[in-house]
Amino acid sequence: MRFLSTTILLAAPLAAPAQTVPSPVPANEVFTREQIGRALAAPTPNAGRAQPSSANAPEDDGQWTMPAKNHAATRFSTLKEITTQNVRSLTPAFTFSLAVNKGQEAAPIVVDDTMYIVTAYPNFVYALDLTKPGAPLKWRFAPQPVPASQGVACCDVVNRGGTVDDGKYIFNTLDGQTIALDTKTGKPIWRTQLGNINIGETITMAPLVADGRVYVGNSGGELGVRGWIAALDEQTGKLEWKAFNTGPDKEVLIGDDFKPAYASERGKDLGVSSWPADAWRIGGGNVWGWITYDPELKMLYHGTGNPGPWNAEQRPGDNKWTAGIFARDPATGAAKWFYQMSPHDQHDYDGVNEQILLDLPFDGGMRKVLVHPDRNGYVYVIDRTNGAVLSADPFGPINSSKGVDLKTGRLAINPEKSTKLGVTVRNICPTASGAKDWQPSSFSPETGLVYIPHENMCMDWMNTQVSYIAGTPYVGAEVHMKPGPGGHRGELTAWDPVARKPAWVIKENFPVWSGTLATSGDLVFYGTMDGWFKAVNAHSGELLWQYKVDSGVVGQPVSYRGPDGHQYIAVLSGVGGWSGAVVAGPVDPRDGSAALGMVSAMSDLPKHTTAGGTLYVFAIPH
Amino acid sequence: MYSRFHIELAIVIVAALAGCRDTHEPNLDSPARQPMQRGVIASALAPGLSHTLVTMDPRAEAYYDNAEAVVTGKRLYAQYNCSGCHSNGGGGMGPSLMDNVWIYGGRLEQIHQTLVEGRPNGMPTWGGKIPDEQLWQIAAYVRSMALPETLAAQNGPTPSQSPAPVPREADEDPGWTPPAGTTNDYTAVTQGR
Repeated sequence: MRFLSTTILLAAPLAAPAQTVPSPVPANEVFTREQIGRALAAPTPNAGRAQPSSANAPEDDGQWTMPAKNHAATRFSTLKEITTQNVRSLTPAFTFSLAVNKGQEAAPIVVDDTMYIVTAYPNFVYALDLTKPGAPLKWRFAPQPVPASQGVACCDVVNRGGTVDDGKYIFNTLDGQTIALDTKTGKPIWRTQLGNINIGETITMAPLVADGRVYVGNSGGELGVRGWIAALDEQTGKLEWKAFNTGPDKEVLIGDDFKPAYASERGKDLGVSSWPADAWRIGGGNVWGWITYDPELKMLYHGTGNPGPWNAEQRPGDNKWTAGIFARDPATGAAKWFYQMSPHDQHDYDGVNEQILLDLPFDGGMRKVLVHPDRNGYVYVIDRTNGAVLSADPFGPINSSKGVDLKTGRLAINPEKSTKLGVTVRNICPTASGAKDWQPSSFSPETGLVYIPHENMCMDWMNTQVSYIAGTPYVGAEVHMKPGPGGHRGELTAWDPVARKPAWVIKENFPVWSGTLATSGDLVFYGTMDGWFKAVNAHSGELLWQYKVDSGVVGQPVSYRGPDGHQYIAVLSGVGGWSGAVVAGPVDPRDGSAALGMVSAMSDLPKHTTAGGTLYVFAIPH
Repeated sequence: MYSRFHIELAIVIVAALAGCRDTHEPNLDSPARQPMQRGVIASALAPGLSHTLVTMDPRAEAYYDNAEAVVTGKRLYAQYNCSGCHSNGGGGMGPSLMDNVWIYGGRLEQIHQTLVEGRPNGMPTWGGKIPDEQLWQIAAYVRSMALPETLAAQNGPTPSQSPAPVPREADEDPGWTPPAGTTNDYTAVTQGR
């Protein structure tokens, strides 16, 4: 051994000026609503009032048992102690630190005077006793997911929530488990391992519990993971069926019951033949978003994610059954119909966003529809009995397509925005994370409006050649995102699904990455990525109240009646998710391509918020 | 005062790495041999000493001041999908590599060690899967990302496109030295031991 003196190098931290956010895309580079909105018939508002059926949205009991509130997925509370008149006095009743500073995307769940929360990785579960002052901890559970699962989570280590049914709190872990906890004790009743991180599988979605089963899907569309949805026995956790979203019909569970509305979805083994040889095995189509169940029609609805890799030139064909919506039999998984929003997707437009189940006046009568604001920028109104598109209208900036052909159901691609190897195609709208990502909308039967939290962003995109290496990203694109026309990056749009146009729009500096909550007090609640939790007038969008929380909000606000009979509003703060990776990272704002190109548009977020993770519960002082 | 920045250079043969074992060497894995073996040090905590220990893997030498190594490393970094997680150095699924913040050490041999072994929070293990020569080239490119010369060459929103060779002096520092000008009082206590 010897000694020598050293030079000090790089001792002073380098100044790290974030790059500037790119200029917005000029307004004349996107199409107008009039240019591309289409419907099979003119609006017929006199035919009735848009509302969920009573089976799908039963009478509100003041609890919040599942993230979407009910099977219609309205996220609407009939509680009305908090109103447009008194909301200005809304104040925190209690808060609770989640002890995890990553993107908190879950909805707090309230059942039997207990609140249940699951955090981002490491997926702690907390049960809080609402009957006692300050809502003390009743129990906690640490599932201890494999730490390496963090390395295969594409877009922060988020979790979109759990659900309570029949004395069980059921949730997923990042490393691919579904776990049912006894709500009384917090002890596991069953644990089922469904995912394998060594091929890039994770689970971030909120399971749906219905009809005695737990429905779960995998994530991994950026890692060449073949997408599936599985149904587990609610009592035992045992697998009842599993349907893949690529590959041969027998694995997709396509059989005699499959009756899609359009010819392009008909044919044998399209999940194989619409891909280059064997590409379907690593083709994505994951189920990381929302699943909805219609107890009247006995149908399950779920979206499918983007095809992989992002470089579409490596996978010529329609790439069935990615970027679309399946209707399935909940008991067997058998496919009933499928509609592909984005055939041969070239822009990462997953089809996994929420489906709100409504009875809607259309063409002079009432139709059973699902309303689905998609990543590709259109609000789809689809007849949920057969998968036929009734209307498709843009709610965000679009130039990657020119509307939906309602005869064939096919998206009309704009070839000028098709992606190419080695060529940077500029100003593609919407951006890869979509006109809207996973963050769920709400619907008020009192206003008839869908409150869509979304983005106003575009991007530059260059395809790059990518090889498949199991357990690593399979992307093949260099992306730089930017603000859409106007320069604001987010919007809350109150969408009239009957008139097919917005009633009002709120512009936000950052993408609106939180869910929305509508209440009977004529209020809509949502949060911003720079940490404001807001209440606006459901009829006009007028800002009535806001409160600055500790970190940006990307969670799902809920409303419940406390044991004292009063109305409460609950939301998690804690910025993160794909759009918040530059804060929850660690990600360097000097690299615009970082976080799959999101950093380019979000490099200023670290100046506005820091990572956090806190439950906030608000009430009118009483 | 002169001893303040003294560093012990423990030259160790790192032959026990996964995937590149040399069967002609004595069994360095044996618990009985542990006192003799340091491996690549990835912690600033050296119990009882006044200074941080630094190891020097002799295999690293060839990759310093080597422009070809960083350019080849840049190509391999893309081919092996490193860019899928770490982007062009800014990170995403994996941490940033250009901010000079290193969880497991930022010296060339430490980065190589991380590539070989993987790390618990999501870094895959590449030892035995990628040829060792290429791992060193990737490590050299990654080491280059935070160099002032590489950062200065950034033109536009995509960094690390013109990687500077890694100067040998860059890694004489153990990587955990306080910034220049920091008053250091504790050495007085341990001097002369």
